[in-house]
This record gives sequence, C-alpha cells and structure tokens, in this order.
Amino acid sequence: MSPSDTPDNDLHQGVAGEDLIVFDQVVKRFGDLTVLDHLDFRVAPGERVTLIGPSGSGKTTILRLLMTLEKVTEGMVWVGGEPFSHMPRGSGFAPASESYLRARRKRLGMVFQQFNLFPNMTVRKNVTEAPVHVLGTPRDEANARAEELLELVGLGDKVDAHPTQLSGGQQQRVAIARSLAMQPEILLLDEVTSALDPELVAGVLDVLREVAETTDITMLCVTHEMSFARDVSHRVLMFDKGRIAEEGHPDQIFNDPQHERTQAFLKSVLENG
Amino acid sequence: MEFLEQQLPRYVDGAWITLQLTVGGAALAFVLAMVVGVLGTTRFWWARAITTVYVETFRGIAALVVMFWFVFAFPDLTGFELDPIFAAILALGLNVGAYGAEVVRAAINAVPKAQVEATVALNFSWFQRVRLVVLPQAWAQMLPTFGNLIIELMKATAVVYLVGIVDLTSVAQQIRSATGETFLAFGVAFVLYYLLAQVLIFGMRLLERRANQKLGRAPAGGGLLSLLRPPTVGTQVGVAK
Repeated sequence: MSPSDTPDNDLHQGVAGEDLIVFDQVVKRFGDLTVLDHLDFRVAPGERVTLIGPSGSGKTTILRLLMTLEKVTEGMVWVGGEPFSHMPRGSGFAPASESYLRARRKRLGMVFQQFNLFPNMTVRKNVTEAPVHVLGTPRDEANARAEELLELVGLGDKVDAHPTQLSGGQQQRVAIARSLAMQPEILLLDEVTSALDPELVAGVLDVLREVAETTDITMLCVTHEMSFARDVSHRVLMFDKGRIAEEGHPDQIFNDPQHERTQAFLKSVLENG
Repeated sequence: MEFLEQQLPRYVDGAWITLQLTVGGAALAFVLAMVVGVLGTTRFWWARAITTVYVETFRGIAALVVMFWFVFAFPDLTGFELDPIFAAILALGLNVGAYGAEVVRAAINAVPKAQVEATVALNFSWFQRVRLVVLPQAWAQMLPTFGNLIIELMKATAVVYLVGIVDLTSVAQQIRSATGETFLAFGVAFVLYYLLAQVLIFGMRLLERRANQKLGRAPAGGGLLSLLRPPTVGTQVGVAK
C-alpha cells in the first residue's frame, strides 16, 4: 500500500477500522524547513515498524508527533481510531487540548536517546511514580511490578540505586522499564542506543528483543542498528526528505533495496557502522 | 566586661527581634517566590502578567518605603493599625520575594527540556510534573541564591528602627547614646549580626548539601568538609561511572 494511491474515502474506513496509528497527509514545518511532507502511513496493532533514513529525514519527528511533544502543522494523526493530533469540535476538528491528550496519551510510551531518567529519584521511584500518580496504581503493586520489570531488564539488584550510579546502558534499560510500567499499547523507541558506548548496545537491544518476543506491544523504532531492525520488525520504512522513499519487509529492504536513496543510505550505514 | 554584663540582655532582646523579622520575612518571601516564580513559567499569559507586575513593583520600590506605607499610610486609608513588626515582615517579604521569584523562574527554566519531555511521555499532569520532577531538580539550583537573599534580608531588617521597632541596630543606637561607648556599642552589634549570618549560612549549606545528594551530585553523608562549596570545574558532575 503506497500512500499515493490511497484515496481519501479509503483512509476514513481505515481510521474507523483496524489500524492503530494513522498519519493522514501530515505536514510538519519548523519555520521554513519542511520536515514531514504530506506523509501518509498506517501501523496495525501489534506491528513492529522500523524507521530508517538519513538524519533530518523526519523519523524522530514522527515519534515526537505521536508522543505529543510536537504539534502537526497540517494533516491529522489518529490513534486507535480516534483523532489524536486534533479533537472533534462541532462538525470539524480543533487542535487537541491538554485535557483531551491526557485522556489518550497513556496508550503510548517513549524511550529517548538520552534516557531522560529523573535524577531526583531512585531507580525504583523512576519506575513507580508514573503508575502511582498517573494510573492510580497502589504503591505496593507498583513496587512489585517495578521489581519484576527491573528483573526483566537485568537490573533486579539496582532497584534502590541512583541513576547517576548506573552506566548509560543500565540507565537506558531502566528507561525501558519505566515506560513499560505504564503498560502502553504503543512503544516509541527514539535511537535508544545511539548515545551508548558500543559494548553497552547489545544489552539494551537484547532487552528490546525480549519485549518484542514476549509482548504484543506495537513498536515504532528509529534506529541505525540494522541487524536489530531486521530481527524484530515486521516492516521497514525508509525516509527521505520527509517522505517514505521505500517500504517493505526487512528482508526485502536490506537484501534488495529498490530505491536509489535506500541503496545509498544502507551502503553508508554499513560502511560506518 | 562590665559593659557586656550590663547590656547583653538588651542586645539579646534586639537580636531576637532581628531574628523574628528575618525568619518571618524569609517565610513570606519563600512562599511568594515559589508561587509567583512557578506562575512565571506557565503558558497562561495572565499568570505571567501577575508575575511581571509583582516582580517589577516590589523589586523597584525600596523595602523601607513599603514599610513606611504599611505603618503610616495603610492605617490612614483603612483605619486599621498594623503591628509594626507585622508591617515590617510584610514589607521585607514582599521585597525579597520579588527577587526570589526571579530565582525560582530561572532555576525552573534551567531544568533540561528533556526532563519535561519525559514527564509528557509518562502522561504526568502539569501539577505532577512541577511537583515531582521540575521543582525537586530546580531546588538545588535555587539554594545558593536563596542563601544570598536570606543574608541580605537579615541585614535589611536594620531599617526597622526607623518605625520604632527595637531590633539589634536600634538597641546598639540606644546603648551608644546612653553610655557613649560608641566602639563597644556597635562592636557587639557587629559580632551578633555576624553570628546570626553564620547560623543562616550553615543552615542553607546543609539544605544545599542535601539537595545535591538527592540529585546524585554529592556522595551521601560526609562531614564538615562536604559543607564547603562542591567542586565543579575540573570534576565530572553527575557523569555515570
């Protein structure tokens, strides 16, 4: 399904139907710079999609739009059949208000390139504060769940450590546990290994592989780790200049890229990575 | 020694008034600084307007004039007489609170944007974001400047002798004119102000150390040496091992 041959009426069926995430003619501009250019794409529930492409091609912006850290300039984003970038008003739509977003944003979780753990909290508090205060989970239950999740990411012994006492890889694994503690339907992974020393990358990716294998969380993943993308994703989207240059099954994209930009990009990544 | 024996109780009474004015003024200033400072960082224009008007008004008017106003003009206007000590605390608190609000605002703005983004990703409400993440991190940044402000506040209390409050400065003046011992009269006041300041500074340093420990910037515990200002240049602050 290429975006150009998706007629509008089809799209609205899609919105009401199966797709968990829909980008409908999304434009994002920062000043004069167009980062996303009338972008259409859809993600099915449980699907794991990897976004690749040169820096500045708009991949991270897609995740940030979904996490409501940015606002769309034009077009709409839908999540779970509901408008997300906008809210219904009268017969049309208005930009989503904070209270509208607060009721819906909990479907998504995000892991950042720089981890963004809270330095004023222990590892335990990092993982439990949001469930306790946002979801209303009882403190005991949140603690038990945090210990389980930290065990899953291999940091069962660091529950009471302070983030500054952890390596980058450990911090990132705590950040993964923190976002999983909110039980999101959709997990957004924004270059989660780019800030790590090479020897720490594998540990983080192993955790994510495990999450991919043992849960049905929908994942959108921006990464330069091509072997990880190949292992976990159902679909790879190659971005160039704010549009999808090519998309397909990872085997096809990595073994037999059709688009010249994909070929050039993969060549440069393999040479430098 | 005889001078001290005779006059010390009066000095202690004066220092007690000075301390009350300082603590009262600081408490009011702290509350104002926090509330107005946080309002100054919100996206609501009316909240930022309140901040701007308050800060520019009370930063721009001498605390002494505000105090005169509360003591002399306010009763004229309303028929209510304010207790001079209360009026002084009000004037000092409003004045220092205006400076403090700017400190709070700057400290909040210095919290990395990425921290706020993480709170959005976890779907915190605005209030939860401020209470659980932003203020605890900004706190460590505010404390050194708050330390300066509380010392300034303590010294500024000396103006209250102009409305007839018998504080430490006022006691020193009275004793000087009664005994003619100019050197001793002010010398003792000098020492007492200095001691008061040291107590305040010590308290602020304790708070600062605790704040830095909470952020993982200083090791837990630590003796007197850890009350020195922590090293920054040439050390890796907050870097993972």
